[in-house]
Amino acid sequence: MCAVRGLTKTYPAVRARRGAPGTPAVRATDDVRLDIRRGEIFGLLGPNGAGKSTLVRQLTGLMRPDSGSVEILGHDIVRHPERAARILAYLGQESTALDELTVSLAAETTGRLRGLDARRARAERDAVLDELGLTPIAGRPLKKLSGGQRRLACFATALVGERPLLVLDEPTTGMDPVARRAVWSAVDRRRAERGTTVLLVTHNVIEAETVLDRVAVLDQGRVIACDTPAGLKEQVAGEVRVELVWREKAPLDVPEVAALRDRATESGRRWTLRLAPEEARTVVATVTGGAAFAALDDFTLATPSLEDVYLALGGAARQGLVKA
Amino acid sequence: MSVVPAEVLQSSTRGVPEQARGEAELGPRTRLWPALGAVYRAQLSRARVARIPLLFVATFQSIGILIMMRGVVDGGSEAESVVAGSAVLVVAFVALNLLAQYFGQLRASGGLDHYATLPVPPAAVVLGAAAAYASFTVPGTVITAVFGCVLFGLPLTHLWVLAAVIPLAGAALSGLGAACGLLAPRPELATLLGQLGMSAALLLGVLPADRMPEAVRLARDLLPSTYGVEALARTFGAHPHWGYVLGDLAVCAGVGVASLAVATWAYRRAAVR
Repeated sequence: MCAVRGLTKTYPAVRARRGAPGTPAVRATDDVRLDIRRGEIFGLLGPNGAGKSTLVRQLTGLMRPDSGSVEILGHDIVRHPERAARILAYLGQESTALDELTVSLAAETTGRLRGLDARRARAERDAVLDELGLTPIAGRPLKKLSGGQRRLACFATALVGERPLLVLDEPTTGMDPVARRAVWSAVDRRRAERGTTVLLVTHNVIEAETVLDRVAVLDQGRVIACDTPAGLKEQVAGEVRVELVWREKAPLDVPEVAALRDRATESGRRWTLRLAPEEARTVVATVTGGAAFAALDDFTLATPSLEDVYLALGGAARQGLVKA
Repeated sequence: MSVVPAEVLQSSTRGVPEQARGEAELGPRTRLWPALGAVYRAQLSRARVARIPLLFVATFQSIGILIMMRGVVDGGSEAESVVAGSAVLVVAFVALNLLAQYFGQLRASGGLDHYATLPVPPAAVVLGAAAAYASFTVPGTVITAVFGCVLFGLPLTHLWVLAAVIPLAGAALSGLGAACGLLAPRPELATLLGQLGMSAALLLGVLPADRMPEAVRLARDLLPSTYGVEALARTFGAHPHWGYVLGDLAVCAGVGVASLAVATWAYRRAAVR
């Protein structure tokens, strides 16, 4: 339902001015190709600055690409960016336009602006607020709410005035588990009843693994992989992740530990190792017995996550995808 | 967490290839007036949450100026222009200054994305906000005008003309405010422009023009709020020249139409980058 071909956007270089150093031209999206199918939850995953938001802004008609095409439900969004607003609902990261409205008025106004008449806007507002459990706080202004509640209220505005495609930019940031569950069950209900498609930008690896049907991994403006979470993880199925946390510092006087040092990613007292299962077993046996054990604070042994996939794919500077 | 597998949904739409279906039906386009009404109502409600303190400031500032000028001006035509200038200053403070700041912040923080991803005519967003800010000025302007008339012993007979002065001066000044806020590349610049506009309205509108040098009088003629001030000041006489009043108001209306058109263009430009 959404086809993206060769989408490229370069931010021009900024010349240095007094007090502000210049920046070189940045290719924010680089020949991006995606196909999103009807009814799926499609994820965009990548570290900060990978180009996720730039890509989403181009898909929602907020930004014109330098080249390439975006087609949503048969409509050419590059040529007719104004049509995007009539096909999709967008939940951005900012709520400044709604902050001083009450939850109820924010939802109703958004519905009105999505073309509903007054009565339907009110009816849909009531239904959505009820569905998300927001009715008790409907009369409170958004800016007086906690971060998670405000986010949920913004999500509610995206649902009023039904659209076949929901573009959600980190919808569950700051939400407690109850609110998060309300979001995903609302999404699921729309998928089951109307075949609604969801494009989700996320930072949360655990959420990505549980809710997404397919995921595109972005790195420096390019799509470096696109598959189901399980399919991606198969690429690194031969590895397990061993994390070792030392009490003070690693016991380098133990030869087996010293030998591991080159293969570990160190972050303070924490060592992260990606190893074949056999090796991992040996390492765990080594550190849980003998001299090394005295210096060990904690260790974990885990099957690969999308984070490991990203690193295995050669993600930028091997700094990791996001904090899970 | 997702309980509906995507394959199930795909099978339900199988047999209808994407290409064959062609362009899907678009959601409705929102018409201008309902959208304008919805934006206006939402903006108006913000006064309850956010703008009340500044609305008080606008009124107190003008009343303070009236009291101050009481010692300088001794009735007559000068008193008329002081009262009219102070009343219209409330409009300049709220419609020009506060609206410029609001749009400046909305643009800088990405808040415009919310409107830009809704099928709303750009004019509805700009006009709705401008109309709301012009409405915010009503109580302050009326209070200031009545207080000024009592203080300087001017007749209250023709104050009904405020019913035309507030919307028309409001249109002109809020249009300028919106255009400044949406065109300024940074929010601080929008704030600066709004403040400067208000200071100009204060200095050029409240102080009697007869004592000003030629250059300042020219600047005064270029400021749209001046025509609102003049229109109001003329009605304090026993036999106002209604033709001139209408002329002044027509200038306000003209500037209002032009500046709101510029603001709408600026919104369109700011929304899609």
